[in-house]
Amino acid sequence: MKDTNKIRFLLQWADNSLILGHRLGEWCGHGPVLEQDIAMTNIALDLIGEARNVYQYAAELEGDGKDEDYYPYLRKERQFYNALLLEYKNTDFAYTIVRQFLYDTFHYYALLSMMDNSIDGRVKAIAAKSFKEVSYHLEFSSDWMKRLGDGTEESHSKMQEAMDHLWEYGHEFFMKSPTDEWAIEAGLIDDLDLIYKKASNIRKEVIKDATLKIPETPYFKSGGKNGIHTEQLGFILSEMQYMQRTYPGATW
Amino acid sequence: MAELKSLENRFQEKIDDEVKIEPRDWMPDAYRKTLIRQISQHAHSEVVGMLPEGNWITRAPSLKRKLALLAKIQDEAGHGLYLYSAAETLGVSRDEMIDQLHSGKAKYSSIFNYPTLTWADIGAIGWLVDGAAIMNQVPLCRCSYGPYARAMVRVCKEESFHQRQGYEILLTLCNGTEGQKEMAQDALNRWWWPSLMMFGPSDRDSTHSAQSMKWKIKRISNDDLRQRFVDMTVPQADVLGLTIPDPELKYNAETGHYDFGPIDWDEFWQVVKGYGPCNKERLEARNKAHEEGAWVREAAVAYHRKQKAKKNKSLVA
Amino acid sequence: MNKNEWPLFEIFIRSKSGLSHKHVGSLHAADADMAIKNARDVYTRRNEGVSIWVVESKHITSSNPDNKDMLFDPAEDKIYRHPTFYDLPDEVKHM
Repeated sequence: MKDTNKIRFLLQWADNSLILGHRLGEWCGHGPVLEQDIAMTNIALDLIGEARNVYQYAAELEGDGKDEDYYPYLRKERQFYNALLLEYKNTDFAYTIVRQFLYDTFHYYALLSMMDNSIDGRVKAIAAKSFKEVSYHLEFSSDWMKRLGDGTEESHSKMQEAMDHLWEYGHEFFMKSPTDEWAIEAGLIDDLDLIYKKASNIRKEVIKDATLKIPETPYFKSGGKNGIHTEQLGFILSEMQYMQRTYPGATW
Repeated sequence: MAELKSLENRFQEKIDDEVKIEPRDWMPDAYRKTLIRQISQHAHSEVVGMLPEGNWITRAPSLKRKLALLAKIQDEAGHGLYLYSAAETLGVSRDEMIDQLHSGKAKYSSIFNYPTLTWADIGAIGWLVDGAAIMNQVPLCRCSYGPYARAMVRVCKEESFHQRQGYEILLTLCNGTEGQKEMAQDALNRWWWPSLMMFGPSDRDSTHSAQSMKWKIKRISNDDLRQRFVDMTVPQADVLGLTIPDPELKYNAETGHYDFGPIDWDEFWQVVKGYGPCNKERLEARNKAHEEGAWVREAAVAYHRKQKAKKNKSLVA
Repeated sequence: MNKNEWPLFEIFIRSKSGLSHKHVGSLHAADADMAIKNARDVYTRRNEGVSIWVVESKHITSSNPDNKDMLFDPAEDKIYRHPTFYDLPDEVKHM
């Protein structure tokens, strides 16, 4: 099958945004304040919209009749390539903000890189479209990192707990899979080490302003890019895919 | 006493002349209270209404539907905000209104106490519930109270998309597999009567109606709105190929309207009084969100104070 | 102030083609920065090139709309809760 590597690269990209968008959708109607409900839904819309654009491209490349919905609704657990962080349960607003921030710092620089330097015109275009939105996401999550990290004692301790749990999931984005190596070589995206440097700088800066500590982390979690997920993904897919599995072949 | 009488007369003159009442204008206490009640309950309805539909975001059967549903619910949150904002101009705070909702003191539209059991319910809600809401809301764009009328104009603009989306969901189902058609018919069976109840009891049985009409807070009677809704919706059901669950539904050539069967007002009052299928769950969900969010709201205030203090310190230094 | 309560902000938006900022409503935020972000989410739905002003409601003083009517005290006063703006619905064109 042609373009296998490119397709897999696109799926890594789209799956990240899809799964996180899906998690954010769970907050709808349950946010800590109405204005924030709207903000998180906005982000979810952006992310799922981005995933949709990327899946469409992947479907065209595969050229065997798949459409944008095939990837989210008909693949199995081992065929998803999102990072583990994004499957993590919402848990509470602190975990949600830390998860968001860790993704945004990677997402922002990854999109910037693809937007500026990708040799693939379509990748460039999709990245450019999402970049504006993700700039806002990064501002949003950075603001809330500081607001909650340096708010009350209670908010600070909740944030530190979230950091302690999620930090080890935050590095997978930069750990190069064979697909990443191929994509870098092919000029689709810059070297992840460069992206890591930039993301890391922002992370350190905001975390410091938030008066939070980076936990000791001897090992970082990974596996998503290999389709080896946490137990969460199965449950996510059970809900997400229920309708299409129950009514196979139907149009919605 | 004479002054009060002339204030009241002046006030009623404005209303009769279709001059809008604005936040700083003198208004009878009862007018203010009625509006606070009506607007805040309208706002609560939007917010509680996010829950039955929110149920299906994670199970929306396609990316397009997932996005559309998220956007719709987001609109509803926005509507809640516009309405809380309008209510606050009358001197009640957001916190006070939220407390009233959570304590059960304030009501919200009882339609949202029904469960969303299948994907087709999402279509039915858009078509029927939003349809009924639009019927109610368009006249409110001409309500005598300025901020409420303006909020309603904004809401109505966005609402028409919602109804179309819901209808389109059902259209797709009705043109789909047997299983999908059954799902659509089942949803209509369960949402039809509750939607008719959304317009409230007959005005004969409503204590507030007459005064609200005089003050142009209410512009068309419950029964008239309900009749308009039925007349508009029956042909839409025909296009879908669905059967409205009312054996007495019949077109009346003399009146030019559809006659329909009796509404079970016992069910209506049962739900309004708190005994509907989801009353407890809806309130619990809102209470939980509010309580669990307290630390977030407090942190934001604390952070702002700290930042302000830092800024002041550096100015002085 | 209740430690939980976020102050009320009035929101003014100038659209891409607009000439001035219009009052669109209010919302709660912990600070002005958040108010702007919230206003963007609620009142502009991601439209490009809009300008947003936010002002804490308590900082707005408005004039009495009924100056000519002697029944009302014409003196300027702190607003009850909100300013009074003769904001025409979007439907009204060319005015």
